[in-house]
Amino acid sequence: MRSRILGIASLAGIAVALYFALVYAPTEQTMGVLQRVFYFHLPQAILSYVAAFLVGFGSLMYLITRDLKWDRFAAVSGEMGVVFTAAQLLTAIMWAKPIWGVWYAFDARGTLQVVLLLIFIAYFMLRAYLPDREKRAKLCGVFGLLGMIDVPFNYLSIYFLRTQHPQPVVSPGGGGVDPDMAKTLVVSLVAITFLYAYVFVKRLTIARVEEEVEYLTQVVLAHE
Amino acid sequence: MPETLALDSKEIEKKFGYSFAVRKVTLRVRRGEFVVLFGSNGAGKTTFLKMAAGLMRPTRGSLSIEGFDIGKQADEARRRIGFLSHNTFVYKDLSPLENLKFFCRLYGVPDSEGRLIDLLDRVGLRGRASEPVRAFSRGLQQRVGIARALLHDPSVILLDEPYTGLDAKAAQTLNGMLDEALAAGKTIVLTTHDLDQGLRAATRALILDRGNVVYDGSAKDTAVREAYLRYIQQGNTK
Amino acid sequence: MKPVAAIVFKDIAIEYKNKEAFSSMLLFGLLVVVVFSFAFEGSDRKALAPGMLWVAYSFAGILGLNRSLNMEVDNDCLQGLLLSPVSRGDLYLGKVAGNLIFTVLAELVILPFFIILNNLAFDRILLWIAGITLLGTLGFVAIGTTLSLISAQTRMREVLLPVLQIPMTFPVILSAVQATSLVMSEDSEGVSFPLSLLGVFSTVYITASYFVFEYIVEE
Repeated sequence: MRSRILGIASLAGIAVALYFALVYAPTEQTMGVLQRVFYFHLPQAILSYVAAFLVGFGSLMYLITRDLKWDRFAAVSGEMGVVFTAAQLLTAIMWAKPIWGVWYAFDARGTLQVVLLLIFIAYFMLRAYLPDREKRAKLCGVFGLLGMIDVPFNYLSIYFLRTQHPQPVVSPGGGGVDPDMAKTLVVSLVAITFLYAYVFVKRLTIARVEEEVEYLTQVVLAHE
Repeated sequence: MPETLALDSKEIEKKFGYSFAVRKVTLRVRRGEFVVLFGSNGAGKTTFLKMAAGLMRPTRGSLSIEGFDIGKQADEARRRIGFLSHNTFVYKDLSPLENLKFFCRLYGVPDSEGRLIDLLDRVGLRGRASEPVRAFSRGLQQRVGIARALLHDPSVILLDEPYTGLDAKAAQTLNGMLDEALAAGKTIVLTTHDLDQGLRAATRALILDRGNVVYDGSAKDTAVREAYLRYIQQGNTK
Repeated sequence: MKPVAAIVFKDIAIEYKNKEAFSSMLLFGLLVVVVFSFAFEGSDRKALAPGMLWVAYSFAGILGLNRSLNMEVDNDCLQGLLLSPVSRGDLYLGKVAGNLIFTVLAELVILPFFIILNNLAFDRILLWIAGITLLGTLGFVAIGTTLSLISAQTRMREVLLPVLQIPMTFPVILSAVQATSLVMSEDSEGVSFPLSLLGVFSTVYITASYFVFEYIVEE
């Protein structure tokens, strides 16, 4: 029931957000129509950090409670993190190349996103190479926790580097200047958050079913 | 005042994924007992022993060694345990003497060379005390392992299939040391596949089958052999 | 003698006998430095130098971590350590200290070669660079010891270590390179930030690893 509400909400939300982003919001002077990508780009970035936090939180909760449901929580958050980080990178490339002529903006936030993606990928490689359920939960719990603590350190070190060697500011600011643009951004953020929640809940349910199937498979095999 | 048990396991359980290696094993071993644990492969002997030694965390239940809980008072419990398996746990690049000195420091027992040379003498390695273990045969390496397991004078000695890969001389040395330990009032729990070797000096025999204790009685009782035949020889038919 | 010290001395004794970790770290680090020096001939050497140095340090460092781990995996010696009354956290500290000593030793030997090959100056700045090396390596080894034990238990074993280690030590490498670069250009005013970052990083990760280490090694 809950996921149905979320599903409808995200569908409606995305439709509304598309309208706002593509029609309602005024066209930006310097960057033109392509700037509208930003209305999806920034929420994706924000949610990728939310996902990172949830991986860390889920990992910590598993280590404290040793309840495997938290491991599932962390794993699904990790998947969300990869998707949203990758999406954020794609949308960044989408406007970076045509507007600035570079493939990607390696400013503080941009570089951080690349490193974050690498940490998420490392998390998944670790999960992939640990077939035993409990061992996987324990080791990924530790790595998930340590990996997500790393994110603020990464940000600080990259930020310092960038202030020492200032790069041309290529991230599209301007979101807060025009009130219509600000409104669009908020609408888009709300819609994408609903989408995140919907996909998260659905994926968590599927993960639970996957585990039950695995359990039943083992039971059947044990009886042969 | 109830006596302190050497090993007290209460409904100890170990689950791997969805299968149970050890199911609700409740076992009380009194001081001075020599328990031999039989079981076919996969019966749960090694898992149980590893939990008793503090190497593996049980999924359920509690276990204490000489009154010290293996989870909550781990360091006190481990101090009193000597564990030997077919892995020797010694560093190949160091000599027996250096290995033993190191382990003495870990256990907080005096590491005087005199004491350690005596210990090596008891396992017949006095002459090669300063050579790197790398050069030793498997039997000799296992003897270093025996010395390592006993150097801190543990009151509970756990052995997991210690006779595997041992030559007759080394097996004899091991048996000699176990007899000495028993006479000194230590408690011994030994797992093995070898019925006769196991029953040689044991006071009590247990059989584990698919994680459950299916037989528990005096080692001198002939019923042990019958039970052994029933559970272990027919291990393939389920 | 305290158990942590005992572990460090044991590592030193073994390394003294077989010299496997130290020699492979040294050789590999020197190789990287030489290759980079020739590859970047003619370019702005001084600007690229700190980055080159820390790339060499990272690769050598990972090698060292793997060798240190193999020492315990051989003959299942790690189980022997786990049987003893030493707490898991203390075990971790012992290994970190040992790893730190060998890695810094190798790095300090690589450093003069680096200076020579890149026509840099042998002056007071060297002390600063040595200090940054020590602090950076502490952070590297603090997280690396934990990760090496994690990767050792996967199907890919130590091959997975660089995958885990490199993104995680990004802040360490970045800060160390920045600090070195600032020191080399005599601009020591901004140095306090990366150095404090390294310090905080090491503190946080040593503390965190101390407490979670038991989860990694228990069965």
